Amino acid sequence: MNPDAQKVTGAHVTETPMQAERATTIFEKSHPGRRAAALPALDVPDRDVSELLPAGAARARGPRMPEIAEPEIVRHYNRLSRRNFDLDSGFYPLGSCTMKHNPKLHERAAALPGFSRLHPLQPAERAQGALELMWNLERSLSEICGLPHVCLQPSAGSHGELSGLLLTKAYHEDRGEHRTKVLAPDTSHGTNPASVTMAGYETVKVATNERGGVDIDDLRAKADDSVACLMLTNPNTLGLFDENIEEIASIMHGVGATLYYDGANLNAVMGVSRPGDMGFDIVHVNLHKSFTQPHGGGGPGSGPIAVSDRIAPYLPVPRIAQKDGRFELNTDEPKSIGRMRGFQGNFGVFVRSYAYICSLGAEGLKAASETAVLNANYMLAKGREGRVGKYLPVEFDRTCKHEYVLSAAPAKKELNVKALDIAKRLLDFGYHPPTIYFPLLVDEAMMIEPTETETVETLDGFIEALDKILEEAERDPEFVQNAPYTTPVRRLDEAAAARNPVVTQDLDALA
Amino acid sequence: MLDAIGVGSVDDLFNDVPDGVRLQGPLKLPAGKTEDEVYTHLAELAGKNVHADSEISFLGAGMYDHYQPAIVDSILSRSEFLTPYTPYQPEVSQGGLQVMFEYQTAIAELTGMDVSNASVYEGPSAMAAAAYLAKLETGRSRFVVSAAVNPQYRATLKTNAYGYGSSVIEVPAAEGLTDPATLAAAIDDDTAAVFLQNPNFFGAVEDLAALVEAAHAKGALVVCVADPLTLGILAPPGDFGVDICVGEGQTLGNRLDFGGPSFGFFAATQKLIRRMPGRIAGETTDADGRRGWVLTLQTREQHIRREKATSNICTSQALNALAGMIYLSWLGRAGIVEIGELMIKRTAYARETLAAVEGVELLFDAPVVREFAIKLDAPVQTVLDQLALDGINGGYPLGTDYPEHEHGLLVAITERRSRAQIDLLAERLGAAVAAARETVGAEA
Ligand SMILES: Cc1ncc(COP(=O)(O)O)c(C=O)c1O
Repeated sequence: MNPDAQKVTGAHVTETPMQAERATTIFEKSHPGRRAAALPALDVPDRDVSELLPAGAARARGPRMPEIAEPEIVRHYNRLSRRNFDLDSGFYPLGSCTMKHNPKLHERAAALPGFSRLHPLQPAERAQGALELMWNLERSLSEICGLPHVCLQPSAGSHGELSGLLLTKAYHEDRGEHRTKVLAPDTSHGTNPASVTMAGYETVKVATNERGGVDIDDLRAKADDSVACLMLTNPNTLGLFDENIEEIASIMHGVGATLYYDGANLNAVMGVSRPGDMGFDIVHVNLHKSFTQPHGGGGPGSGPIAVSDRIAPYLPVPRIAQKDGRFELNTDEPKSIGRMRGFQGNFGVFVRSYAYICSLGAEGLKAASETAVLNANYMLAKGREGRVGKYLPVEFDRTCKHEYVLSAAPAKKELNVKALDIAKRLLDFGYHPPTIYFPLLVDEAMMIEPTETETVETLDGFIEALDKILEEAERDPEFVQNAPYTTPVRRLDEAAAARNPVVTQDLDALA
Repeated sequence: MLDAIGVGSVDDLFNDVPDGVRLQGPLKLPAGKTEDEVYTHLAELAGKNVHADSEISFLGAGMYDHYQPAIVDSILSRSEFLTPYTPYQPEVSQGGLQVMFEYQTAIAELTGMDVSNASVYEGPSAMAAAAYLAKLETGRSRFVVSAAVNPQYRATLKTNAYGYGSSVIEVPAAEGLTDPATLAAAIDDDTAAVFLQNPNFFGAVEDLAALVEAAHAKGALVVCVADPLTLGILAPPGDFGVDICVGEGQTLGNRLDFGGPSFGFFAATQKLIRRMPGRIAGETTDADGRRGWVLTLQTREQHIRREKATSNICTSQALNALAGMIYLSWLGRAGIVEIGELMIKRTAYARETLAAVEGVELLFDAPVVREFAIKLDAPVQTVLDQLALDGINGGYPLGTDYPEHEHGLLVAITERRSRAQIDLLAERLGAAVAAARETVGAEA
């Protein structure tokens, strides 16, 4: 717990040293003539650049990049780094994001020159180790998802979604069918409907029943032969496993639609239940969630897809193939949808996720999911009592999977503090807050995902902090409404930023 | 913990998973391994690859062997940059958000565009994202793309356009350049955007002014793929009135990594900002008036607008964009020009030197910066195989994507390729071509 959080009691707020530092950009730190890089000397005949370029093609004035020496670059970014909260520094129960520990071995392995310095167009016979790694990862993900074919190409979850929808389109068109709609529950992640639109379909919302699952009657009413696909997360974004999954699958397959699994929540069911066995045709896996790719402050990620036999002919190229113990990249797949991006995907992410799967093995992966579910249910149970239970009740109260969703609606009504206020006050206590205001179905939602790599002491500490904040709110709601107090900056004016967007620095003003 | 929950075993927590969808038995995966064992296994796999430090590489065609200064890995390895999520809580994400703001500033300045987002996945999908913006902005449904645009970019565009039913028309680049008149003829009233690359896939510098004019005359937007590392010496796309400038960021301090992760950049005119995909950091103030940054214009994005969002992108490539920003700071205002000059001069030397080799000629004459196409009087693959035995990666065989250039080879000269290495390539290339001709002759 952040010791400063204790000091802030009541209205008396002193500025912390970090707050007292004014933010300065690297452009503002520049001085003419300073530099870091030394480039190789010219060892070929000198030429006039303008002679080597067509008329009008040369740049008149060089771009105004920073002018700063290496020690100052290091200090600048080190200083900025201290203004970030990160997983290695504290608990990060950000629902739907699976902020589990990122093992340090993975960074060392990914940096091996045989991986990090390998050109993506190196012919297959000279990239056998990389292709073997990709093949092994494909086979592992295939087993974990329970579907025979895997393509590693998509760059993130939403990219996997778009790929899956394009595969669905190609599959139906190949059968001479033209379908226009995609069903998605009202609890679905925003990327689902956004991907649907980009794939040229229309989203139709499916209602949620009183158990937090898909409303089967509503699904039946909407499922017909104009529907291409149902996109589902299971467990869903409420953290609940849909007990009717077999029936849902049979309804969709009955009308000839595909079933798409948004794998953001795979961390709940590894080695327990496989999307393929649930009846899904296409699955994306967020390697930056369940498979420990560090999130990097917003990527890189990777969103491989696993598919059934009927979808396989349409997968993006290149495809890895194994022949007589050698690996090759095939582009000659006549029914393929083509390419979702350049080269073979985010290979550096594959290295890390493959290392993770090798480390844990079959039993370790299952244990990871079991522990993630245990931790979430423990927190859920602890929070059923006291102030947390009173002001932040769980919306659908049943056994959850790896995460669960509270509603701060009573806190808002009775204490006049919103989910946002509680989240901001948690920052003072040294925690990253849960995901808030998602899923949209839950009023004042707070979505908590502890992951399997946290200790019981950490989980207890977090529940205690919530309790303390609610106690503060009982006494002095305004105090919580004005949080945070100890962070590098205090609550920021997002409305002003959007009204008058300043998204680049005015370099003319610095000259 | 089980007592607190009120269940007897962890298994009880999975009672809601129906038997029919439960995995019977363990996953068929190997047992777990120790850290040492895993490292040894991965090092073995890495050892089976021929990488850019173990040969002299002239291979480019989209990713390039530029020097990555040590400062990049050093800063990226800080957990405060490596391990946070997307900055949803700006009060504890000022570091990442300020990096985005600096990065957006650098990209806008490099490309000569008004605004930039905080990164997209990588080059080819960045171009596809630009196409989607153009479709939304113009309400038109056709795309016209030059055949001199990188084939992987064109393929990605086609796959994405297939989803929303837009057609993609390719215009040939006969002399290795896009011809403004041919381009103009392909554009009609339903053309949403025209796609160009500068320097193009063959390394050649296009006549952007004429091409942009041809497109704008018919009301189509212009999307230009640029290589940021050439923009120290090339006039920026923004100066020619390009509407959207995108590209691959690998050349800015990112690893080759067998193709990723790197980052895609996405810059545009001010007019298009509310349709841009991805995260954008914006400056603001906190409750006490301190300067700070937040994710802004989020009403474009999927988490707010869902099916009406301007893009589905969520996780992108923040860490790689940070690498790009550190690299640009390292290179600096003088260095970005110097590296461009070094590349263009060495490339000019390499081009002349290779063209003087028996059995080698230039495929095209147009001016180039870092990469150029030659034509071999011998089967390209045979020559490349021979060069590989000499520890040289000779480049990219153009016949892979352009059957009409079956004898073409694309050669890249980064700042890491010295004159001595270029001379060595010329010597071995000459020998390899001669040997391959003899074999072909003998077989004939
Ligand atoms: C449920 C769910 N679906 C999809 C996504 C999108 O994944 P990505 O950010 O990798 O594109 C996310 C992640 O934010 C998610 O939580």
